Amino acid sequence: MLKILKYSFFDLIRSRWSYVYLLFYLGLGSVLLFLNNDLSKAVITLMNVITILVPLIGTIFGVMYYYNSKEFTELLLAQPIKRSSIFIGQYLGVALSLSMSLIIGLGIPFALYGLFQSDEIWDFGLLLVTGTFLTLIFTALAFNIALYNENKIKGFSYAILLWLFMAVIYDGLFLMSLVAFQSYPLDSFSIGATMFNPIDLSRILILLKLDISALLGYTGAVFQKFFGTGFGLLISIVALSLWVVLPVLNIYRKSRKKDF
Amino acid sequence: MIHIEQLHKKFGKNKVLKGVDLDINSKGIIAILGPNGSGKTTLIKSILGMVIPDSGVLSVNGTSIKKNSQYRDQIDYLPQIANFPANLKVKELIAMIKDLRNRPGEDHRLIQLFKLEPFLSKKLGNLSGGTKQKVNLVLALMFDSPIIILDEPTTGLDPIALIHLKELISEEKVKGKTILITSHIMSFVEEMADEIVFLLEGKVYFKGNIGALKSQTETTNFEQAIANLLTQENA
Repeated sequence: MLKILKYSFFDLIRSRWSYVYLLFYLGLGSVLLFLNNDLSKAVITLMNVITILVPLIGTIFGVMYYYNSKEFTELLLAQPIKRSSIFIGQYLGVALSLSMSLIIGLGIPFALYGLFQSDEIWDFGLLLVTGTFLTLIFTALAFNIALYNENKIKGFSYAILLWLFMAVIYDGLFLMSLVAFQSYPLDSFSIGATMFNPIDLSRILILLKLDISALLGYTGAVFQKFFGTGFGLLISIVALSLWVVLPVLNIYRKSRKKDF
Repeated sequence: MIHIEQLHKKFGKNKVLKGVDLDINSKGIIAILGPNGSGKTTLIKSILGMVIPDSGVLSVNGTSIKKNSQYRDQIDYLPQIANFPANLKVKELIAMIKDLRNRPGEDHRLIQLFKLEPFLSKKLGNLSGGTKQKVNLVLALMFDSPIIILDEPTTGLDPIALIHLKELISEEKVKGKTILITSHIMSFVEEMADEIVFLLEGKVYFKGNIGALKSQTETTNFEQAIANLLTQENA
C-alpha cells in the first residue's frame, strides 16, 4: 500500500492543481493576517472559508482523481497487489497531498507572522486539524461515489450535490425544522443533527475552542451546555473520526467486490 | 496450472459466462477464440481476479484465487486496450511496474527489440497507438513468469513488430511456459497455437488442437473450420 500511496502522492504533487491550491491558501493566509493584523480574527475568517472550501475541493479532487487514474488502476489490478491496498493507497495519496497544501499554505504566513510566540497557536492548530479531517472525510466520500458510479458525469453530479447538501442545504433544513418544531424541546435533536454533518461538526469544534459564545448559535450553545467545552471537543473529534473511518471501510468493502 | 469449474458471471442481466469448465495443464500456446461478446475477455479477467465471478471454482497452480493477490506474481498480462496514465513517461512507467513487482525485468532487451529508445522520455499520452501497444508488450513480457496471458496482442503492430512478437512468443514457449492468447486474426492463431479453446455463448464449445478441429468440421482450411463451428451451432 505504501508504494501505491507514494506513486499517487508524487503524481499529485507534480500536478498544477496542487500548486494552485497551495498558492490560494498562501495568498489567503497572508492577506488575512497582514490586512487584519489580528490572529484570532484571522482564525475565525479562515474557519468560515475552510469549512466550505475544503469539502468542495476534497470531493472534486477525489472524484476527478479516481476517474482520471482509471487506466493506472487497471494496470495495477493485474499486478500482485491487494485490491484494498490499491484503493486505500490512492485515497490516502489524494487526501494527504490536499492536506499538505492546506497545512503548508496556511502554516507559512502564520509562522511568519509570529504564531509561535502567541497564545493562538492552539486555536490555529485546531483549525488545521479540522481542515485535515474535512479533507479526509470528503475525499473518502468522493471515492465512494466514484466507486459506485461508472459514469463520470453522474459521479461528478453526485459529488457536487453531496457538497451542496452538506454545506448549504443541510443547514437550511435544520433551521427550518427548528422553526417548525419550536414548541418542542429540541436539544437532543439538534445535537443528533449536528453529528450527521461533518461541516457543522467542525464549525462547532472550532467555535467551542475559540469560546466565542456570540458565534456559537443555537446548536453550539446546546452543545456547550450539554457537554461542556472539554467534553464537547472530545465528542466532536470522535464523531469526525467516525466520519473518516466509516467511508474508508466502505471503500475497502466495495473495492473488493467490484469488476473492472 | 489453471483449473476452472462451473464459472458463472453476469453483468446486470447480461449473462456472459454460463458455466465454463476448463483445465489448462499443458505447456505451450493456447488460443482462446470465439465471436465478439462470447466472454473471452471476461474469462481472462476472471483468471486475473479483475472480474469477480458470481459462482464457480477458479484456481491457479493449485490455490484458489479468492481473496488472494500473490498468485498474480506468476502471471504476465497484456491488456486488450493499452490505456496508461497519460502524464507518466515511458521509463517512469516501466520503473514503477518493476518496483511494484519487486523483481528485475529484462526491459532493456525488449526496448531494443521494439526500438523504443527514442520514446523513453516521452509522456505516454503523446504516443501513437502502435507505440503504446509496444510499451504494453514490454510491460507484459519483461518478467519471467510461468503463465503469460495476451489479450489481442497483435492490435496496432506494424509487420516488423509482429514478427518480433511471434519470435518472442515462440521463445517463451521453448522455455516451457503456458501462454494464453486471444486473437481475431486466424492466420496468427493457426501459425502459433498448439491448442484451441473455442468459447460460444458463455461456454467452452470446443477444446483441442487444430487438427482435431479440422477433422471434426471436415474442412482443411482453419478459418473455414472456425466458421463451420459457428454455423453448426446456428443450424
